[in-house]
Amino acid sequence: MELRVENLAVARGGLVVLEGISFTLCPGQALVLRGPNGIGKTTLLRTIAGLQPPVSGAISAATDDLAYASHADGLKSALTVDANISFWASVYGSGQTAAAAALDRLELTALRHRAAGQLSAGQKRRLGLARLLVTGRPVWLLDEPTVSLDQAAVALFAGVLRAHLKEGGAALIATHIDLGLEEAGGLDLTPFRPKHQRAVAGGFDDAFGEIIGAPG
Amino acid sequence: MIALLARDLSLAFRAGGGFGLGLAFFLLVVVLVPLGVGPDSAILAAIAPGVLWVGALLASLLSLDRIFALDHEDGSLDLLATAPLPLEGVVAIKALAHWLVTGLALTLAAPLLAVLLNLPAPGYPWLLLSLAVGTPALSVIGAFGASLTIGLRRGGLLLSLLVLPLYVPTLVFGAEVVRRGATGLAPATPLALLAAITAGSLALLPFAAAAAIRVNLR
Repeated sequence: MELRVENLAVARGGLVVLEGISFTLCPGQALVLRGPNGIGKTTLLRTIAGLQPPVSGAISAATDDLAYASHADGLKSALTVDANISFWASVYGSGQTAAAAALDRLELTALRHRAAGQLSAGQKRRLGLARLLVTGRPVWLLDEPTVSLDQAAVALFAGVLRAHLKEGGAALIATHIDLGLEEAGGLDLTPFRPKHQRAVAGGFDDAFGEIIGAPG
Repeated sequence: MIALLARDLSLAFRAGGGFGLGLAFFLLVVVLVPLGVGPDSAILAAIAPGVLWVGALLASLLSLDRIFALDHEDGSLDLLATAPLPLEGVVAIKALAHWLVTGLALTLAAPLLAVLLNLPAPGYPWLLLSLAVGTPALSVIGAFGASLTIGLRRGGLLLSLLVLPLYVPTLVFGAEVVRRGATGLAPATPLALLAAITAGSLALLPFAAAAAIRVNLR
């Protein structure tokens, strides 16, 4: 289990937003991605998670090592907290005890019979983060995990993260706030912005360019 | 997989879930057509197969955009795409859930509603059979259409336009089975063609839909 990224370039909306990124994430390590809004933190995480193809470069990690947590928590507001987490526990085959333990770790056990739609924004976020624990996957890709969490919840989550690293997990985190993880390295994405704006060939040209001979 | 099916079904039966929407629409069509056409039972018997099939088709069209749109909005689709389930399986399960909630319900309700349209008695088993064989194709074709329009807000118009031509063969052969059954002709040929369309859609479209989802999630 090791996440290695070599000379990666990623694109959003047909423009290359980051290029030349290389790093290696070993068990027990965390890497915090920094940079202003719009630099491409989310795009980089989605590319590593396999939701979009890289423009160039290589990502070497087993896809079943990665657990991705996006801005959205993927909760069903009509279902209870319990039903939401149990669903993900069954998807990842980790069983109901893991689901109960995850709720316990993020201090949601008291809310387990409430509908997820009735939770506050911070509680929803905590439920979204509890999903990471039931995935049982070692490398967490976290996109702004602390949004709408209060200070106590941020500390709680930092504790969960620290325990995960201690058990040999790893985490790639895009965040603007300091999680207080002294073992985490930082990576400022600003230098990886391309010098010249560069468009990527669109999907249509990729697919049909050779056949119809359209200019790339 | 089973957890996903159970989740989708339990969401469908909750408030705002869409169960009953298709059924209510089907009921409306079948109740309103005799009022509009008039009480001539010979005319009603002649148009019954077509009206029942068109009603079932439009009713199943009504809830198609829910198949993926809700999961895309709340982010579950991203998470499902990175989960250990194959995306083709996710599509197949979601189409199955859609069929159980709309197609199966419409199939079971159709014989009751056919009374209102004075469908000749020999047509009833064929109506039930043709809907049971044909509606899975509607759900899986619809799931394919829904996967193409993921991420478009108010994509319902485009979805209907994309899906309607694909629904035509199912409608033609489905209604033909009932018409032939009702008038005492042999319905085996259109039934075989209907089953072929369903089998082909079930085999191919989950892959096409999964590919479309992968492109749309980029």
